[in-house]
Amino acid sequence: MNHWAFVIAAYGLTLGATALLLGLSAVAMRRAEADAEAVTRR
Amino acid sequence: MHRFANPARFLKLARPLTGWTLWPGLLLLGAGVIGGLFVTPPDYLQGDSARILYIHVPTAWLGMAGWSGLAIAGISQLVWRHPLATLAGRAIAPVGALYTALCLATGSIWGRPTWGTWWEWDGRLTSMLILFFLYLAYVALASAERERGAGGEGKMAAIFAIAGAINLPIIHYSVVWWNTLHQGQSIDLVRGESTIDPALLWPLLLTVLGFTLLFCAIVLMRMRADLARTRLEMRLKRQATEAA
Repeated sequence: MNHWAFVIAAYGLTLGATALLLGLSAVAMRRAEADAEAVTRR
Repeated sequence: MHRFANPARFLKLARPLTGWTLWPGLLLLGAGVIGGLFVTPPDYLQGDSARILYIHVPTAWLGMAGWSGLAIAGISQLVWRHPLATLAGRAIAPVGALYTALCLATGSIWGRPTWGTWWEWDGRLTSMLILFFLYLAYVALASAERERGAGGEGKMAAIFAIAGAINLPIIHYSVVWWNTLHQGQSIDLVRGESTIDPALLWPLLLTVLGFTLLFCAIVLMRMRADLARTRLEMRLKRQATEAA
């Protein structure tokens, strides 16, 4: 049995989910901080 | 710890800490993944499927460490009424749930070529699945308490996090207490011993450290976003009151 298909699936799933979570968290943080800053300046 | 009860003081530390955990985390994870995929030799018994363990073990560690964080936040909230404890709990729970789900998924993917099955109802796998359900219940409970907006926000979730921590020793000792398919402990952190050959061990240490730093970065980002949203809500409410 070729194990590489299993290895690629496991790495793809974990790294993809981590990258997605990091990206979404960074965007949400920047957006929330920018909105709060804009209202504070107003 | 109470020094950081003030959100402004917490943010002063959290802002640089986000970068200090994010970039080294990415570097360490990248080095560990390259090492685990391309540098280490295949295991003599498991072959290339053993490379999955370089990401499976960190996800298992983060699933359990995440719940430990929830329990500590719960204690901080109930005992010391730390104002950031609820916030920390809300930030940690979905991330811990995701890594627990990834642990179950990567373990299943590893189990198919190694054990010949995707799933086995043994002690370790079942207790880890229970941890995933506990995370989902915590997220639902914390969200319900927040929406209700009553005083003592997150109190039930804090009690639930502390009570749910009973599952952590069950997960850890499941391979000792029950006869399971899952392998026993390979690394003894207390004694600093490992049954894994050093040639195969170093990428695991890099990925564990890398994923842990990224977990911290994600939690910090989520806490900062939550704090900013709270600040925005308060400002808007104050402006509406002043305008009325």
